[in-house]
Amino acid sequence: MSALPIYATTGQKIWHYTFRVIVGLILFFLVAPILIIIPLSFNAQSFFTFTPEMLALDPDGYSLRHYRDFFTNPDWIRPLQNSLIIAPFATIISVSLGTLAAIGLSQSHVPYRRTIMAIMISPMIVPLIISATGMFFFYSQLGLWMESALGFSRSFTGYVKVILAHAALGIPFVIITVTATLVGFDHSLTRAAANMGATPTQTFFKVQMPLILPGVVSGGLFAFITSFDEVVVVLFVGAAAQKTLPWQMFTGLREQISPTILAAATVLVAVSIVLLTTVELLRRRSERLRGLSPS
Amino acid sequence: MAEQMMAADGRTLKSSLNRALRRQKLRALLLIAPLLLFIMVTFVIPIGQMLFRSVENQIVSDTIPRTVQELASWDARTDPLPDEAVFISFAKDMMTAVEERRHTRLGSRLNYENAGISSQFRRSGRDVADMGEVIADQFIALNPAWEEPETWVTLLADPDWIAADPDDRPAFELSDTARTALPRTSDVYAEFARLAQDSPRGLARSQPWNMVYFALHEDLTATPAPDLGTLASPLLTEAATAASGFETESIRDAFIASSRGWGDTALWQTIQTYSPPYTASYFLTAVDLRQTPDGIERAAENQQIYVRLFIRTLVMSLTIMGACILLGYPVAWMLANLPSRQANLMLILVLLPFWTSLLVRTSAWKVLLQQQGVINDLLVWIGLVADDNRLTMINNATGTIIAMTHILLPFMILPLYSVMKTIPPSYLRAAKSLGATNWTAFWRVYFPQSVPGIGAGSILVFILSIGYYITPEIVGGTSGIFISNRIAYHISSSLNWGLAAALGTILLVVVMALYWAYDRIVGIDNVKLGG
Amino acid sequence: MKLTKAMMATTALTLAGTTAFAQEMANDMTIVSWGGAYQASQDNAYLQPYLAANPDVRANWDESSPEAVARLRAMDEAGNLTWDLVDVVAADALRLCDEGLAMEVDHDAILAAAPDGTPATEDFGDLIISDCFIPQIAYSTTNAYRTDVAAWNGETPGDICALFDLETFPGTRTLQRQPIDNLEWALICDGVAFEDVYDTLETTEGQDRAFAKLDTIKDSTIWWTSAAESIQSLADGEAVMGSSYNGRFFSAIVEQNQPLEMLWDAQVYDLDGWIIPAGLPEDRLARVLDFLFFATDTQRLADQAAYISYGPARASSAPLVSTHAELGIEMAPHMPTNPDNATNAFVQNYLWWADYRDDLDARFQAWLAQ
Repeated sequence: MSALPIYATTGQKIWHYTFRVIVGLILFFLVAPILIIIPLSFNAQSFFTFTPEMLALDPDGYSLRHYRDFFTNPDWIRPLQNSLIIAPFATIISVSLGTLAAIGLSQSHVPYRRTIMAIMISPMIVPLIISATGMFFFYSQLGLWMESALGFSRSFTGYVKVILAHAALGIPFVIITVTATLVGFDHSLTRAAANMGATPTQTFFKVQMPLILPGVVSGGLFAFITSFDEVVVVLFVGAAAQKTLPWQMFTGLREQISPTILAAATVLVAVSIVLLTTVELLRRRSERLRGLSPS
Repeated sequence: MAEQMMAADGRTLKSSLNRALRRQKLRALLLIAPLLLFIMVTFVIPIGQMLFRSVENQIVSDTIPRTVQELASWDARTDPLPDEAVFISFAKDMMTAVEERRHTRLGSRLNYENAGISSQFRRSGRDVADMGEVIADQFIALNPAWEEPETWVTLLADPDWIAADPDDRPAFELSDTARTALPRTSDVYAEFARLAQDSPRGLARSQPWNMVYFALHEDLTATPAPDLGTLASPLLTEAATAASGFETESIRDAFIASSRGWGDTALWQTIQTYSPPYTASYFLTAVDLRQTPDGIERAAENQQIYVRLFIRTLVMSLTIMGACILLGYPVAWMLANLPSRQANLMLILVLLPFWTSLLVRTSAWKVLLQQQGVINDLLVWIGLVADDNRLTMINNATGTIIAMTHILLPFMILPLYSVMKTIPPSYLRAAKSLGATNWTAFWRVYFPQSVPGIGAGSILVFILSIGYYITPEIVGGTSGIFISNRIAYHISSSLNWGLAAALGTILLVVVMALYWAYDRIVGIDNVKLGG
Repeated sequence: MKLTKAMMATTALTLAGTTAFAQEMANDMTIVSWGGAYQASQDNAYLQPYLAANPDVRANWDESSPEAVARLRAMDEAGNLTWDLVDVVAADALRLCDEGLAMEVDHDAILAAAPDGTPATEDFGDLIISDCFIPQIAYSTTNAYRTDVAAWNGETPGDICALFDLETFPGTRTLQRQPIDNLEWALICDGVAFEDVYDTLETTEGQDRAFAKLDTIKDSTIWWTSAAESIQSLADGEAVMGSSYNGRFFSAIVEQNQPLEMLWDAQVYDLDGWIIPAGLPEDRLARVLDFLFFATDTQRLADQAAYISYGPARASSAPLVSTHAELGIEMAPHMPTNPDNATNAFVQNYLWWADYRDDLDARFQAWLAQ
């Protein structure tokens, strides 16, 4: 498929190129909205509109004011900080608990495997708005208990609540990706390690972990993005002091339409590209480690 | 006896294997336990509690307990209106509810079943304190001592309670004699005392409600005449003698004068119908039915929306799923058949929107699709569409479908890709070399092997789309919104959490059935996301 | 005969008032408002000056006022109150007060008197519509239209009924996704006199009539849920005419130079103000009261008018209203209370809506979904 054989007929040639055009169009469909937000984020005006000046490529139609706003306005800085606090912690919890459970699930002879799996995937299945309300009541009580019984500050419990809620939402992604990696995992390797006298902990960190690392990393990234892009649950569970970036964007869209949102998104796209490239590099590294050569 | 196989440690091999197996199981469970516990506690149980709200209805019997009890014997077919006793109970219940600010919540609850009730509760809430005033004034005219809070405390409170330090009194307690001799008065006064004690003025400076006087009048004029026993004091005896001669007032008339709606049979039937602590009414409403005194009926024409919305949600989710298959298949094919490096670059293009804020992508679609938007501008510029006849692609179902297909497409491409990667390209070449045309080779050899990928992607897309809410909210207008939007509306605007929970439960059951089907067909382990 | 609510409130507040000085004041404060230009005006006029004077205080804005009633009820049920001060419209304040979710206050005890010594209750006058409500501004929901619609052949909308006149003024409308205001305008344009609107709406026939009138524009209306959406549609040209709050229009027209023109006919007056959630712990309440005393005084309310065109709720603030903080233009002509703008204003009956909101909301949402 990759290259057209020399003996291809004209029909095949036409199809070959038409097909590529179709795929190209679909990919364009996927990235079109992102392509739209980048120029709009340089809009000199305060609306999501291509102004006549912008269309005429007049430099006056463009400005960096929304970027300046994004990087200097505390309304944006604090949510960014909050997101950068909440998402990594949520990810760590999802990844550590999720990876352990996935390893457990991948052993043979696990009783009630399907049911356990269903419960662990449930945060992905339950419509978010229901999760959000249900979690609201639970986390309010948890927060009160933490404040009164454990004496934590209101702001600290606020973060804990959002982190735990986001960790729960990220878990299905970790479970799915890690179990998928473990399906291809050769268990004779752990037995070999055990044979040679490694303790289970050593086996886990030295043998199993490096091999399932790509699954763990991509699961972790999904969990990270879930938290980083989550708006419904945080609106319910969080308090204003834990306002995250998506929350700020949401209120921004609702109350004060401003292309600062687009500037924020453009920055995030750039960050995503860096993250995705990192994953790709990690993946290639792990393939080398596993001795699989790229096909 | 056959010789058993022995393991190195001298146990039989069978028991040794069993032990190993048990240990393995235990180890697996230990690894799973923390997460399972975490998910159960922080997710499954709270969601369960939330969904349980769909049948809870204690608010009626908690707020107006006496009325519910009295109303049980009322039969609307013989009496168009409940009798005076029901109204008296209602006035007493309302008095407490108003002081505790619970009456408007009950009004809102009943308003879900019979529009208009809410305002009756609100209006009469403002008037109920005046009911019984005629009686109260006569008591006070008879002897001004009745106006003193102290009189009532002495009459009704437990002696031990009175003896306690006034600055640090425990919760109010009635005396046993008062309870038996003046049951109605004690009943209402106890509630008054509880609330007054918590108020800043305190019980010692609060004059009882009019309904307390009213209840005393009831007690004193009851047949047989109450045995006042040790309660008998000159003040009370005097009142007992005079009570039968008091000018009375009809609480029923007072309610109807306060708000005409209380004279409406249907209103009382609604209260009666919705008295039990658990109800199916939210589920009925969720499928456009309603519970009436005559059984279950269809909801009024202009209120039937939920079945329509459920169907719309299903149909649109299916459409989105179909669109995702159509668009995702060629991309996944291409990904699976390109050399790894190129494929991974392409994968980044696929994943990029996946990881860009959902809100931003949705607003970008707004900019693209609206009538004065980029696409319409382009079409007009090319000349495909007239300027005064621009396409409406947003704030309707089309907008929702386009934006959601875009958002969910990566969820289709990734599982498809991971399945297609496992199909050896040699199969296709073999089929072709055996004389199959391109199409036959694809359709008979390749496609069947990619079906699990389609299954996985479809279920994933379908489940995610069925519960979506933010995207339809922003681009769906009125014809492109989903059932989740109604759930969100009931949770955050109308405050009808019972109905929201019922709608959510139905949605969840549909999703779980699909999940089960998916697990049977594909197995949940076979979903791969990237990597 | 009942426990007089005012008495309860007074005592509670005297307690709170005295403890305010004796007791620690919390240093964190979450203030709930509407976001956008309005919140910015509050931030500029009250919060920033307050924070400058009290550098230890950390304040967070939460833009959740649209869902204030739901969120407060949930917080009450869960026993976890995270808000300290909430900005709501009059109707929501009534509802919250009814349900005991907002604290009753003695206005004279907690609010500053006017500079000439007039007590707060007199200075705010009728605008104190409930014991829980501390008024800030009078605003109006009104309509605006684009000035560059070619299809109108030079005609310009002169009154509210242009909304329903698709013949003369073709194009998309944008209206709020709620029955309030829209039903009133529908009836007014169906020939009902201002003073009969609520009597008519109380009857089923009257409601049918209003919905029938709305039916005529249902297909050419985009329903907005937040004021920003409506301004965005109008600025885009996606809609040619529609409703929003007069302050948002002011910002779009005067500050952002959008080709829009206000239609001051049948503008619906409403009030906006603070409520204190019931059940705040003492230290937080003390902080809120301290802030509130500052934020609602005559000068602060007048200052707010330099950022947004809403009329200050205190009579004593009106003479102090001067010019726009950045543009330097006179603000008075842009106020909804300005006599030129108020010639044909409609006064919303929020007490009526407090009674009928549930009923008509249900019907309106069903109507929309059909």
